[in-house]
Amino acid sequence: MKKPIILGLMLLSSVVMALSFNVSKKETKTEPLMVVKDSIASVAAFKQVYAVLMSPRCMNCHPAGNVPLQGDDSHLHTMLPKRGVEGKGVLAMKCSNCHQAENTPGLHTPPGNPNWHLPPDNMKMVFQGRSANQLAKQLVNPKQNGNKGMKELIAHADDGLVLAGWNPGEGRSLPPISHAEFKKAWLKWLQTGAFAPAK
Amino acid sequence: MEKLTLTVNGLAREVNVDPNMPLLWVLRDLLGLTGTKFGCGVAQCGACTVHVNGEALRSCVTKVSRAVGQQIITIEALSENNDHPLQLAWAELDVPQCGYCQSGQLMSAAVLLREKPNPTDQDIDDAMSGNICRCGTYPRIRAAIHKAAKMQQEGVKP
Repeated sequence: MKKPIILGLMLLSSVVMALSFNVSKKETKTEPLMVVKDSIASVAAFKQVYAVLMSPRCMNCHPAGNVPLQGDDSHLHTMLPKRGVEGKGVLAMKCSNCHQAENTPGLHTPPGNPNWHLPPDNMKMVFQGRSANQLAKQLVNPKQNGNKGMKELIAHADDGLVLAGWNPGEGRSLPPISHAEFKKAWLKWLQTGAFAPAK
Repeated sequence: MEKLTLTVNGLAREVNVDPNMPLLWVLRDLLGLTGTKFGCGVAQCGACTVHVNGEALRSCVTKVSRAVGQQIITIEALSENNDHPLQLAWAELDVPQCGYCQSGQLMSAAVLLREKPNPTDQDIDDAMSGNICRCGTYPRIRAAIHKAAKMQQEGVKP
């Protein structure tokens, strides 16, 4: 009985609202985010988002430990490079020592991006091992998401490293849906209230 | 092809190359600096490590265009007279066996000692794990890095 009651309450509370998040007075040109709370649509959208975030192309750089992951089986990165304070590696093993601004041609060569890095040590933004419920809550918590408000979360869909997931270099699988589909689901999830799935 | 000016071991060097050519090829084949070695060609072994603005870059996957305007240092100029504390320690402890990987090992170790003048074993593992030695000279490399660190503290300058 509890679930239908909770669901009912959630639906009742899904009053149509138009909110603008993090739009300061100085940023009047920014289009306000229209949020129309809809827990069912939100959770459905997050299912797609979660499938992408847990794909190797996203999760490999959001490891539970301090060593990035590699490959479609998400094994520990060969050579065991460490995250470092800024997420850019340590000592003679900094990410950009091998990872160039673009993908290196050929199989099993280092993929590239001008901003190649892991999340920093003080904000690890772990995806590996997170349930859909945990990850959804983490993604909208500024204390766990890199201090991102709604505006930054929306913009993050087009972040260079996010886009790099769809240009992974030879021999690496793509995320399960296109970037356009991902962005659509991401925005849908946020714009319907960023609800977390039950599990 | 493009005319590029590189600063290699403190000298301006002009080369006429495809900007996508790996830096390693330019160093070895065009400039004759053969101390830096080709190992795997895919940034997996560390034999090709050189310093670009002080960082231990893998020159086999670094396009020469990335190095334009940067300070490139190869093993030939790690020190003026082969007297970097690491080189002295390397010789004293007879570190190399076949020697093929050793220039890369030294270039990585030099970055380590610059950033951690008194490295722990864990620091050495963290810094050197990208440099593979098929002869397995790892115990001597570790000992030599510790020795070089001590020499530095006693006043031997890098």
